Amino acid sequence: MEKKFFQTSIKDSLFTGLIALALFGPIVGLRTVAKNEVLEVHPKWFIVLIIVVVCAVGRFLTNLYVYNRDQKTGIQSSIGKSISNFLDTKGYQIALTAIIFSVIFPFLPFTDRYLMDIAIMMLTYIMLGWGLNIVIGLAGLLDLGYVAFYAVGAYSYALFAIHFGWSFWICLPIAGIFAAMFGVLLGFPVLRLRGDYLAIVTLAFGEMIRILLLNWYQLTKGPDGLTGIPRPSFFGLPFKSFPDEGEQTFHTFFGIEYNPMQRIIFLYYLILVLALITNLFTIKIRRLPIGRAWEALREDEIACKSLGVNPRNTKLTAFAIGAMFGGFAGSFFATRQAFISPESFTFIESAIIVAIVVLGGMGSQTGVVLATVFLIGLIEVFRDFESYRMIAFGGAMVLIMIFRPRGILATRKPTITLEKSSSK
Amino acid sequence: MDTAYFLQQLINGVTLGSVYGLIAIGYTMVYGIIGMINFAHGDIFMVGAFIALISFILFALTSIALPIVLLLTLLIAMVFTACYGWTVEKLAYKPLRKSFRLAPLISALGMSIVLQNYVQAAQGARIKTLQPVIQGGFTFMEDTGFTVSLSYLQIFIVLVTIILMAIFTLLITKTALGRAQRACEQDRTMTALMGINVDRTISITFIIGSSLASVAGMMFVMYYGVIDFYIGFLAGIKAFTAAVLGGIGSVPGAMLGGLLIGLIEVFWSGYISIEYKDIAAFTVLVVVLIFFPTGFLGKPDIEKV
Repeated sequence: MEKKFFQTSIKDSLFTGLIALALFGPIVGLRTVAKNEVLEVHPKWFIVLIIVVVCAVGRFLTNLYVYNRDQKTGIQSSIGKSISNFLDTKGYQIALTAIIFSVIFPFLPFTDRYLMDIAIMMLTYIMLGWGLNIVIGLAGLLDLGYVAFYAVGAYSYALFAIHFGWSFWICLPIAGIFAAMFGVLLGFPVLRLRGDYLAIVTLAFGEMIRILLLNWYQLTKGPDGLTGIPRPSFFGLPFKSFPDEGEQTFHTFFGIEYNPMQRIIFLYYLILVLALITNLFTIKIRRLPIGRAWEALREDEIACKSLGVNPRNTKLTAFAIGAMFGGFAGSFFATRQAFISPESFTFIESAIIVAIVVLGGMGSQTGVVLATVFLIGLIEVFRDFESYRMIAFGGAMVLIMIFRPRGILATRKPTITLEKSSSK
Repeated sequence: MDTAYFLQQLINGVTLGSVYGLIAIGYTMVYGIIGMINFAHGDIFMVGAFIALISFILFALTSIALPIVLLLTLLIAMVFTACYGWTVEKLAYKPLRKSFRLAPLISALGMSIVLQNYVQAAQGARIKTLQPVIQGGFTFMEDTGFTVSLSYLQIFIVLVTIILMAIFTLLITKTALGRAQRACEQDRTMTALMGINVDRTISITFIIGSSLASVAGMMFVMYYGVIDFYIGFLAGIKAFTAAVLGGIGSVPGAMLGGLLIGLIEVFWSGYISIEYKDIAAFTVLVVVLIFFPTGFLGKPDIEKV
């Protein structure tokens, strides 16, 4: 028995090594380099050798591990299960702590410009994640083109602010409405489609918006992007170090020293409030009939139809509301960057937001936060390894689907439960 | 002039259509057998193009005759790319057969990101240029003011596509393997009970799909002469559109759809606007899915309780 195991296992690892050689040999081992406009091949066999050996040995070790585990048949305790148990019982306290922490975060002693920038970026993704969670998590529609609404929000904010000089607080709802309109526009034709077809069409829609932004030069300045987008002001008080004649700025009004951090902190609170509004809205709407209809539709469309829920309208509202929050996040993005171009709205952004929702556990609000901190943290830590970090990112998506297909927070508490009647 | 221009677009469209058709077969076969959209298929095509490129560069150093170089590159690209298809299926899709419906799609999305960035890391992000492998061709209708040209390369592409199509159609309709595949499409549990190795049949489907995609990749790199790690994304969506247009699950449909998408794209950029040529394919995708989701040769998909 033992001997046979070793024999098959070694054969298996050799086979793995062979496959690894076939996979990595040509692509990694023979790097093409352009020299005088003619491509040359530079061999890198040493790296291939390392990869092949690692694959073969790794395969052998996993075989050994699986064999040993099968022998023992011990109880496997899952980390994820204990995390979600912990979050289920202490969910309220954790959420409260997280909110308090994020409120005092800008004033903590170790907080600097870099950390603030990352925090703002994370909050933007959290907001996008919560917005998309309405579409994917609640209504169960896989939307791979969410970045289109983000782009629509950003561009409509930028165009209104530049051409009409309207303030952030007027442009924000307009951007949201525009994005929601695009959501309906996309929703109408595609809602009859099922799961994966819908995913591909939304993806195509996202790309169409990007190509449109890239080529409609008169309106969007194409690949050059829009510059000079007005910064937000603190209820009419701009953040400037040298105010114009007779103009009151934030620091003169409050009689404090000018500091560039003031604007960053204001932006931070702005996105924090926007994100929390998204979250609150989702929590509330889940208890309303429309929210219940979304969740019912996610579970079984045919049953919903027979119970008199109109699938088209229900899905349309999910699309429109999800898109609206995407638009809000987009206009925040535009005002924060003061510059937008189609470069910022590529498919990979959509993929990141989808990954956040899926990794967090579809429909879980806390999960979105955890997943954002994990994924954006991962991307930030490996900032200098551009393509390697994306390999890790894509690999993480595959691994999550295999090992925890329901995400970090796998248990989904029913939004509504039948309580036992206490009359008898 | 007008006829000549039209004819030229037709020739270009058929060539491009062959490439899309070959990729579309991979989508349609996989969808037929396990009902998932193999989102990473476009990137498998990209890997195939890279392997063909490397092989061409290596053969350029030797003095082997052109027909043998073409044949060898074809085989090399098919074998190595098939390894990719097989591995992707084993790693990313096989563990998910019993998972919820969207799980394989998300996994495929992750795999697509992995493949793109892996090739970028290994081969660099710059575009790669290949010197023309097959040169020359026919020209005709020169007196009309617009010369129509039909290059040997275009003839080669269309011929190889037709030959491969014939071989694989025979494989699917006449052999035991093809029967096993069609049985798996209908009912996997029942097929397993009949003593057919379902896992192996699915693996072979992926191998066939990937090797056809690699042929498309080889043709792409020969036809355009430039590739980068990102070509798989757009080509993948267009080929998927082709598969849907022809009726997903149907192999002749995929070929027909590929041809149509190629023609639509070329005529759109020839007569309407070249900037928005990618929008043409997407519009077709949306319109087809809304108005006749079963495509030309597909079977209607009825949802049952």
